[in-house]
Amino acid sequence: MFLSERRRGQLAALSIAAVVIIVGVPLWWRTTETYRAWLPVSQIKELAKLQLQLSADVEAVFARGTVTPEQQKKVPLTQTQEEERAIDEDTALRYRYETRYRTATIMEEDALNQPSAAEADLSLHTLSESPCGSLVVYVIPESSSLLPEDVNVYIGQRRTALLRIGPQMRVGKTLEQLLAHLEPRIRQVLQVMSFSHNDITAALSDRVRFSPDNKESIADNMRAFKSSPGYEITFSLLNPDPKSHRLHWDIEGAVQTYIQPLLTKLSPVANFSIDSQTLYYAMLGVNPRFDTSRSAYTLNADSLAHVINPVEARLGSNAASSNPVLNFLLYVPDAQHSPLYIQGRKKQEVPSNAFHSPRWGGIMVYNVNGFYGSEPEFPVDININMAKVMGVFLAQLRLLLGVQSSTPPPGFLVARCGSTGLADWELDRLMWSRSVENVATATTTITSLAQLLDQIGNIVINDNIAQQVSSAVTSLQLAVAELEAGNLGFALQYSKEAILASEKAFFDPSLLHLLYFPDDQKFAIYIPLFLPMCVPILLSLLKIVSEARQRRREKQAKKD
Amino acid sequence: KGDAAAQKQAEPAVLQPTPQPKDDFQEELVVRPLHSGDIYASFQFRTLWETDFMRGNKVSHYRLFPKSLGQVISKFSVRELHISFTQGYWRTMQWGQPYLPSPPGAELWVWFQDSVTDVDATWKELTNVLSGIFCASLNFIDSTNTVQPSASFKPLGIGNVTDHRFLRYATLPREIVCTENLTPWKKLLPCGSKAGLAVLLKSEKLFHSSFHSQAVHIRPVCQDWQCKTTSWELRQTLNVVFDLHNSGQGKREWSLFKMFSRTLTEACPLASSSKIYIDITDNPEQFELSPATSLLSQAMVLGDRRTFSVYDLTQQDTFGNCTPFCDMLRPLLHAERYVAGYGLQTGEIHTLMYNHHPYRSFPVLQLDSVPWYLRLYIHTLTVTSKGKDNKPSYIHYQPSKDRVRPHLLEMLVQLPPNSVTEVTVQFERALLKWTEYTPDPNHGFYVGSSVISSLVPSTVAMDTNSTRERPLFSSFFPCKEESSYFVRVYTEPLLVNLPTPDFSMPYNVICLTCTVVAVGYGSLYNLLTRSFQIEEPSPGLAKRIANVIRKMRGVPPL
Repeated sequence: MFLSERRRGQLAALSIAAVVIIVGVPLWWRTTETYRAWLPVSQIKELAKLQLQLSADVEAVFARGTVTPEQQKKVPLTQTQEEERAIDEDTALRYRYETRYRTATIMEEDALNQPSAAEADLSLHTLSESPCGSLVVYVIPESSSLLPEDVNVYIGQRRTALLRIGPQMRVGKTLEQLLAHLEPRIRQVLQVMSFSHNDITAALSDRVRFSPDNKESIADNMRAFKSSPGYEITFSLLNPDPKSHRLHWDIEGAVQTYIQPLLTKLSPVANFSIDSQTLYYAMLGVNPRFDTSRSAYTLNADSLAHVINPVEARLGSNAASSNPVLNFLLYVPDAQHSPLYIQGRKKQEVPSNAFHSPRWGGIMVYNVNGFYGSEPEFPVDININMAKVMGVFLAQLRLLLGVQSSTPPPGFLVARCGSTGLADWELDRLMWSRSVENVATATTTITSLAQLLDQIGNIVINDNIAQQVSSAVTSLQLAVAELEAGNLGFALQYSKEAILASEKAFFDPSLLHLLYFPDDQKFAIYIPLFLPMCVPILLSLLKIVSEARQRRREKQAKKD
Repeated sequence: KGDAAAQKQAEPAVLQPTPQPKDDFQEELVVRPLHSGDIYASFQFRTLWETDFMRGNKVSHYRLFPKSLGQVISKFSVRELHISFTQGYWRTMQWGQPYLPSPPGAELWVWFQDSVTDVDATWKELTNVLSGIFCASLNFIDSTNTVQPSASFKPLGIGNVTDHRFLRYATLPREIVCTENLTPWKKLLPCGSKAGLAVLLKSEKLFHSSFHSQAVHIRPVCQDWQCKTTSWELRQTLNVVFDLHNSGQGKREWSLFKMFSRTLTEACPLASSSKIYIDITDNPEQFELSPATSLLSQAMVLGDRRTFSVYDLTQQDTFGNCTPFCDMLRPLLHAERYVAGYGLQTGEIHTLMYNHHPYRSFPVLQLDSVPWYLRLYIHTLTVTSKGKDNKPSYIHYQPSKDRVRPHLLEMLVQLPPNSVTEVTVQFERALLKWTEYTPDPNHGFYVGSSVISSLVPSTVAMDTNSTRERPLFSSFFPCKEESSYFVRVYTEPLLVNLPTPDFSMPYNVICLTCTVVAVGYGSLYNLLTRSFQIEEPSPGLAKRIANVIRKMRGVPPL
């Protein structure tokens, strides 16, 4: 009876311990845990190791006189080349160039017989329109009169190029030799018109910390705005001296004539909105120095960095959207400090009297002292010559948007861009690098979000965030797949969706609702409950264990 | 960084006829010596722009109109926007009527275009954007302090949409106004604070005053009397009352330099008119203005014919000082409000409305927006004038919902001549959740001013021609009848104490509960697990001592 009473007590202690462990602990765990929706972690991890493949389609068309009739029979053929480059341990790039060779049709032959390259380019364009991201290279005989003497390659306004066959490739060589001769040159054309390895690595700068070779390429990479689904363009006329100058600018007409065609062309890349304003009594932050030799005021290149700050306070941010703002300021110096010229680093005068600030915008100084006449009567009415101003701003806009006009290799002739201010292939080039940049940015955002959520367990993950993350991951996968297939338009579209969804998830305010309780406070709350509950259970468990051990020892002793 | 594109263009000297600007800017300062010896200065800046914000056209080009506000109007489809920031309370009985009334704290009311589908979401977004523009805590405006008045706030501009679904009204009586609100306000002016009357706006002086109020009003107005073309009007006003008795040397003289510690040297070159009006109606012979001006102007303001001497800043002028002694027209309509009752459970709001007109009675619209944590007992609402029950002819009451929306009470009450009308309503104080208390709960909770709007009978004939050139300060509220004028009066905001708990209580409760649970559990556990056995009763004390002695003696124990 004595033993069974002990046994009952032990059983009771054990069952209470069991209830606490089986029911209490899970209940406590469930009621205090934070809600964390499921995230596609494995897919995000896959994206962290980015394998980008860029496919470019080139159509090479042989004009009459470049291949012999026997060779012509073999000609419709396709060559594929792949090139793989590892950027760092997580990122690898693969370029796939698919070149299809064919001979020119009769209509194309006619077009190529036009007197000048520009006309040939135009009539070739009317024949067929190549899709976004692909190129057509017409191989013309050495004797062709389309191109000037020292020019070997002509790059048109659309997606076509004319390539003059080299002098060493006279008729009589085999087709293999011909192709071997053409292939590196087509690659060169491709690098000018579609993408080059340098562009793509620059676009990946968000993912990869790389050390560029020289200072200039850093400056080039830093100049353009980051890829964004939209931009706000603001033109501001700064009139620091409204008492002497009454300025009139036809900004509405100028935007319609000069800026809008470019933006319409760029609409697949981003949305743009345009504003303009006039700011009075807006001063530059630097006092210009008087140069007696020219009887003019000058701004040094070194001091230009300080010009913007005081003006920026007046510019005002855009209340209606959160897209990056491109500022273009037209500064009309006051009558006392006029004329004002910007001086370059080597003390020479800057011909446009303008400068730009990377990822911010451009400033142009517009001197009006020529309008004063012999006996000026203030205030002077001044009509600003918008053609001159917009020429400068347009060039700056192209730079800031990343439409780079990098110098072509020797022997290349690039057609002047037409009224739109942007050739088709320039747009393609921009789209290639923007797609890659978007993919890079979106993957970094998503992986760092996943990392953050993984590290801090107290963050609540709501369903809408999980949904945004999933859709970003899906769009990213689609974008990568479309890049691989060479569908540039779709790739850009999906990469934009990916970047939007990933940013939305990353900056969702609900992620800030961090259920953060410091550990000491948690202990302060739990100890009054847990300590008196757990100490008896632990003590009786210890007692049971020690008794059991003693009994075994006794049994052992009995056996011995 | 030479831009090649610029080089190709030659520079032809284009001299086209300059286009007529479609916008216009006016500035004005009214100085009125008050009966109490204080000086009331009221600045008004008006920008008119003939444009259409609601066009689908994305491109927008601003000249005098500030870009930030223009973008707000077009993005949120705003039809009318009125915002005011006020520090201090306007003492109507001592100072008379202000040109533009405003309640203490921040007030915002907006009429949206009828094309807006989700008014509440737009309102929320708009308040957030405005709080960024004006550096104010307007982002604290949410559904719990927003109401849709049915009658009190009619559109002041053109347009006949009066569906109050598109109206939102909110006040933040707690808002403190300071320099950080003044700077963005000044930035909206075309000349900034660099030229014109705005030079005088120096914040050290402006905020060292008895009353300071700054406001922005945007509305569409008619361009001509036929209203063929409409334009947008942006009116920025700043009213300030200086107490020269305290700050001055006791002399009853003032100058612009003494008030603002700045002087005027030029008008804003962009302004089409820039004028200073000095109110010399009361006892003009006691005024001595230097420099003297021959320009006199009469204007009908707030039911009174007043005489002003006018300084046109577009001519060259400098300023001296003058000595005022004057008698004030008693304001015909006046209101005050207080909380009565004791204890922390119930209370009573008393609103007193005074009609000082000797023989005319007139109706007033009273609007009250009371937060949900004061539970109004609407059945206790009584309106009495001269000891008799005065039944309101129109009552619009919207009960509150806890944590969702406030009470809204609008009444049309007829005020008998020369009387005080008292409106009382009882309320119960609600208990808040412990996270809903402000950081300083013992300071009390603000209840916004009650708004009393009325057409007050006028002693002089009012000017109803809306297109005649009039000073800005007399042309804000549209005047439709000759015999009356529109007045809006704000009462004091109320400060109500709510029952506040001991804020360490949650932790104490947790600890106490845990201890009680642990003690109960402990005894239960003991009962369940201890094994009980009969123990030999221990030998008595005498026996034990005997045993010890026996042990010492070597005798076996008992």
